Amino acid sequence: MKTTVFSARKIVTMNPQKPEASHVAIREGRILAVGSLEEIATWGDYELDERFADMVLFPGLVEGHAHTMEGTLWRYVYCGYFDRMDPYGKTWKGNKSIEDVLASLSAAESLLENPDAPLTGWQLDPIYLDNKPITRAQLDSVSATRPIGVMNASGHILYVNTKALELAGLMKSGVNHPGISLGSDGMPMGELKGPDAMTPVGEHVGLNRSMTDSDERGLRDFARLCVRTGVTTVTDLAARLEPDAVETMLRVTGEPNFPACVVPLRFFLGLPPKELIPEVARLKKLSTDRLSLGRIKVVADGSIQGFSARMRWPGYHNGAPNGLWYISPEQMQEIYELALAEGIQVHTHTNGDQATQLAIEKLELALKKVPSNDHRFVLQHCQLADRAQFKKMAALKMSVNLFANHHFYWGDEHYRLTVGPDRALRMNATRTALDCGVPMTIHSDAPVTPLGPLFTAWCSVNRLTASGRTQGEHEKITVDEALWAVTMGAAHTLHMDGQIGSIEVGKRADFAVLESDPREAEPEKLKDVEVWGTVQGGRVFAAADA
Amino acid sequence: MPETLPVTIIGGYLGAGKTTLVNHLLRTSNGRKLAVLVNEFGALPIDEDLIEAQGDDLISIAGGCICCSFGSDLSAALMNLSEFSVRPDQVVIECSGVAIPSAIVASVSLLDGFKPDGTVVMVDAETIQDAAIDEYIGDTITRQLADSDLTLINKVDLVDATHVERLETWLTTLAPNARSLVAAHGKAPIDMVLGLGVNSRESHQMGHADGLFESIALACHNPLNGVTLAIKLTHDRMHVARAKGFFVDETGALKALHIVGRRFEITNAPANAPLGIICIGLKGQFDGDLIRAIAKEAL
Repeated sequence: MKTTVFSARKIVTMNPQKPEASHVAIREGRILAVGSLEEIATWGDYELDERFADMVLFPGLVEGHAHTMEGTLWRYVYCGYFDRMDPYGKTWKGNKSIEDVLASLSAAESLLENPDAPLTGWQLDPIYLDNKPITRAQLDSVSATRPIGVMNASGHILYVNTKALELAGLMKSGVNHPGISLGSDGMPMGELKGPDAMTPVGEHVGLNRSMTDSDERGLRDFARLCVRTGVTTVTDLAARLEPDAVETMLRVTGEPNFPACVVPLRFFLGLPPKELIPEVARLKKLSTDRLSLGRIKVVADGSIQGFSARMRWPGYHNGAPNGLWYISPEQMQEIYELALAEGIQVHTHTNGDQATQLAIEKLELALKKVPSNDHRFVLQHCQLADRAQFKKMAALKMSVNLFANHHFYWGDEHYRLTVGPDRALRMNATRTALDCGVPMTIHSDAPVTPLGPLFTAWCSVNRLTASGRTQGEHEKITVDEALWAVTMGAAHTLHMDGQIGSIEVGKRADFAVLESDPREAEPEKLKDVEVWGTVQGGRVFAAADA
Repeated sequence: MPETLPVTIIGGYLGAGKTTLVNHLLRTSNGRKLAVLVNEFGALPIDEDLIEAQGDDLISIAGGCICCSFGSDLSAALMNLSEFSVRPDQVVIECSGVAIPSAIVASVSLLDGFKPDGTVVMVDAETIQDAAIDEYIGDTITRQLADSDLTLINKVDLVDATHVERLETWLTTLAPNARSLVAAHGKAPIDMVLGLGVNSRESHQMGHADGLFESIALACHNPLNGVTLAIKLTHDRMHVARAKGFFVDETGALKALHIVGRRFEITNAPANAPLGIICIGLKGQFDGDLIRAIAKEAL
């Protein structure tokens, strides 16, 4: 049995019994010992590896809410406002104006050989571009002869050119759909909102519905982003997990050099609850060290910025009608009861506070019927929960994954437009969650915002919005609390806190290899701590080679 | 271009009886080839004795009907219909219990080859009024009702007659564009729910065996003002649930008239369309002689 010992400038363990160490021993991909070299030597022969002598080993970061489709999206033209790093380490400049977006698209267009091939872009966010949607006429200036489609950062809006509308048969007057805006000529402007408006055109611009299932290359590219951001365990939060997709995931994650453990959650739609729970129980048995199956994702409502989240009184700040339910209360409770009985964990997307309230009430009812001491049910996003709701969640032993990044990217929008100044302050209330005793993590929802738990930690520590305002001073958490959230906190929400989240004997040898100790970073510089790469299951992955 | 497929949307909250109605429609399809899209394969949504074969994506049903499920992407499911070898005559969409029907109508109207053909909203006579004031789903229920063309009051066998009357009055406010029909066990006549189908004339001439509703044919030999006629036919006292047919307008153009509930639509008709409009309504309410008399004024 080979034992490898890594030395490091410092090992930060997140294990309060031994917060720091100089050496860590690895055997069979797991942590054998943590401490001084003398302590470790008591285990017998070892091979000393000093490549991290100048670096800090930190527990491998855990992203509790992301989607592997980000790996696939990087094949398209990046149209976002902020600089963003791709899987191969190239940082793409943010597009600061519509002209920049068109220039990025034109540059990619000039490289296409097939004159009929679609041109596809992603991550456009008109909120930062004078809040005007990009029009079909503007996209026609890139090409009038090939179909062009650009996805909004939310993933719920698609902007297309005239050719794309023609191919879909929508380049006509008389189109009557709330998701399709018409110009003064009565023709569609090129903005398509919502899946039902997007689908008929999507296939003509290179986007089909299976894109949400990451393919082999997409999965490998996504894993490259994990190495670059120090992530060793990552969720794929709403996977359809059809047999082919499961087979692909098992094969790709099983490749000797696949650098992360992927945790796909089965999306609740497609099967009635009575069949869904046994199916997920079946999937759970297929789990491997690098593919952890057996959890369910339920979506209760929509999004706040899309005005489809379910809000309690007084509703939306701009007077928009209340949002939409994506599941009925009865079905939610049925899934909860069946899952509790089978020991299957359920994560529920709730954005608005009414959706959060419903999930809390339904779980309370379900727990009365099917008591469980350690169900670990998680509310995902849960962006508007108030103190009373967090207290109730603590009482029911629920956990929460708050959307810290959202606060930075759309906090100004929430203040001004969606929920107004009062509730904007309490969005993603990390302080309150911790004070109420709710186990908590924070997330990126990549590709909605970029993967990077240190950035996410920075967001919850500083609560800055994109315009530079501090929004919700009271809800700030400390650097240590934020770092706990992206390691042990996330591990708890996945019910994997016995295997990952800290550098501790018996756990998987998953480390983020950092250039400095993030605990010592100035709070406003936490996001700038450099990541060298990762160690996952004892295997070393340098970002430079990813 | 192939003829467009009429798509009837069946909405209503969980437990209103949508699945029971769908099974009843399949059981009484009588030669119509229906393609039924269900929001998900609930615990086997189709009665077992109707199923001829079941694949992963598709259930084949006696009489040439099919049933498929759609998850979060209805448009894709509709577009997939064109891949099946047998072309259906009509499409029926069974919405999820929390779906807003008008959003589905809008989506259907975007797709080439499909045309919305009425929104039927089912209500549970016992529970609808409580559900409509529920903290969580009340506004979903009222939005569903507001979208209704035909409201099917189901489970009337579980309540007394005065309750049904009160409910009908209540619905005139909440579903202002709809006609309401009553049913027990989801047994509403297919010709009311889906219209008379492609062979509407034969269907009308054969009569309606279940005796729940009546139909009449307006001959329309002379030119008429379609809007005037439509406004008359959609008046409450006429109790016309559906009407469909062809006429010549005052300019001599051949037109199609289509009524579902209180909503009507006049469009250009194909060149060889046979003149005449067939109206259907619930027996007991519907007065064929009155309709003929009133219609004459528009001729």
